[in-house]
Amino acid sequence: MIHARGLTKTYTLKKTSVDAVRGVDLDVEAGQLVAFLGPNGAGKSTCLRMLTGLLPPTSGTARVAGHDVTTEAAAVRARIGYIGQKGGAGEAFRIGDELVTQGRCYGLTRRDARSRAEELLTVVGLDGLFARKPSTLSGGQRRRLDIALGLMNRPPLLFLDEPSTGLDPASRADIWAHILRLRADHGTTLFLTTHYLEEADTMAERVVVIDQGRIIADGTARALKADLAGDRLTVTLHDPADAPRAAELAAGLPGAAEIAADGPRLTLRVAAADRALPEFLRALDAAGLKAEAAESTRPTLDDVFLALTGRTIEDEDA
Amino acid sequence: MTFLRDTATIFSREFAPVWRDPLSLVFTMAQPLLFLYLFGPLLEQGTQTPGPAWQWFVPGILIMMCLSGPLMAGYFLLLDLIGGSMERLLVTPVSRTALLVGRTLKEFVVLLAQAVLIIGLAVPLGLDLHVPGVLTGLTLLVVFGIGLGGLSFVLAIVSAPGGELFYGVTQVVMFPLLLLSGVLLPVENGPGWLQTAAALNPVTYVVEAERALFAGRFLDAPVVGGAAAAVVTALLGLHLARRRMARGL
Ligand SMILES: Nc1ncnc2c1ncn2[C@@H]1O[C@H](COP(=O)(O)OP(=O)(O)OP(=O)(O)O)[C@@H](O)[C@H]1O
Ligand SMILES: [Mg+2]
Repeated sequence: MIHARGLTKTYTLKKTSVDAVRGVDLDVEAGQLVAFLGPNGAGKSTCLRMLTGLLPPTSGTARVAGHDVTTEAAAVRARIGYIGQKGGAGEAFRIGDELVTQGRCYGLTRRDARSRAEELLTVVGLDGLFARKPSTLSGGQRRRLDIALGLMNRPPLLFLDEPSTGLDPASRADIWAHILRLRADHGTTLFLTTHYLEEADTMAERVVVIDQGRIIADGTARALKADLAGDRLTVTLHDPADAPRAAELAAGLPGAAEIAADGPRLTLRVAAADRALPEFLRALDAAGLKAEAAESTRPTLDDVFLALTGRTIEDEDA
Repeated sequence: MTFLRDTATIFSREFAPVWRDPLSLVFTMAQPLLFLYLFGPLLEQGTQTPGPAWQWFVPGILIMMCLSGPLMAGYFLLLDLIGGSMERLLVTPVSRTALLVGRTLKEFVVLLAQAVLIIGLAVPLGLDLHVPGVLTGLTLLVVFGIGLGGLSFVLAIVSAPGGELFYGVTQVVMFPLLLLSGVLLPVENGPGWLQTAAALNPVTYVVEAERALFAGRFLDAPVVGGAAAAVVTALLGLHLARRRMARGL
């Protein structure tokens, strides 16, 4: 569905230039749900704007839905939907009229566009609001309207730029229900950006992490966490003097790393905490060392980002 | 064929708000209406104007509308560029040219409606109606308006996403262009430098042409000059807008 090679984008602003995207290679197969994750300014929107043909790349090529975005832009446009970071409905227009316009732009007759508009308003839970202006909608309703606009042409591939940013948890869950239903019902390929880590973690089957214009990790959330961050164990010993001996034992655990002792507290990274913890406790027991408390924590995608860059996404966004 | 359909789509999108609220048309005409009723009578009293006052003044009011209408077209485009709706439309297969032509067409219909209204209101005040001249004058006005619309679109696109440039340029350019075209008072009575400046202003030629046409004089030198100024503006505006559009937004 998406095949990008060496995409770059350099913006020039009054003599200064910004390298927003610095060489992105990406392949997305039909039917995937990919979350594009990165801190503010990482280049997510810029990539999406290049993949949708809105922005000519500075260099590199991209084939989207079977066609080249620069030389066959019209063919690409007919096959994709795009929900931008900014709201898609014009303020001066009734929301139903905007949907009809959108349908007409995709070549529907006025009548078909009208019935599709009514249908979509029902799908996203805005039925009866045809004659409203966007300014009278709540944030969550606006975002659902954007989704309806993006679905007008039943695209096999849909790009969503931060579909859930700024919404309360209920609205976010609601937006996600729509996104997941789309996929279940139509097998739509979904490529979306987010900086909500837990969203990418739980919803997407594949997470692509971008930072400073480069892709720095790509895989399932589970694999990224296991490979790049690992699980964390914290064991509190009865006697702080046992710490060095316990650390030696810990080093023998599969995938053990970053072993550190702070008084009686020993922390370390392991590949799989569920297996390592009982094993470690048995080893301590056998060596005659007494553990008072033990706890394991699973990594988050933020730990992945931290492991990769030394920074956390949440700090960046703050 | 798709181009025509796309143009119709964009035109009806832009026109729908006017259609649903026709009174807005009158509100945006507040300024020309004020000039017609509160400034026109002053000219009628005085003797500054060559020939009958209304024949001289009404074409000026039309030009004022012709300058502000297309400017609004650029402003609305800027709003759509700052918000996400232009981007949304650009991702659809709709013709890029139609996106601008449809908008211009709407401005055009609004301008014509307002011009007809002003003329209708001016007749009882004392405007002599030379129908063929007026019709030709309106055509000229529309051609000029299209060019200005194109220029204002380019300005809007170049100004996005901030928009400061657009507001700045329109503030700085509009009034001098109007005052230096002799719309309100004859430039002939002004000092030499002012007359030179007026002679460099394309709007001056269009105003003069409109005045000749409203007086029923077709074969006047000003008509030729005005037509040339309008056509050149239209070609330039359309050319620049198309070229800017082709580069992507
Ligand atoms: N039109 C523009 N002109 C100049 N620089 C730009 C423009 N758009 C984006 N940039 C810069 O390019 C970089 C990447 O921006 P982009 O919008 O792609 O980030 P993002 O990952 O989408 O961030 P966010 O999470 O905040 O939406 C940023 O440094 C930004 O300042
Ligand atoms: Mg963004």
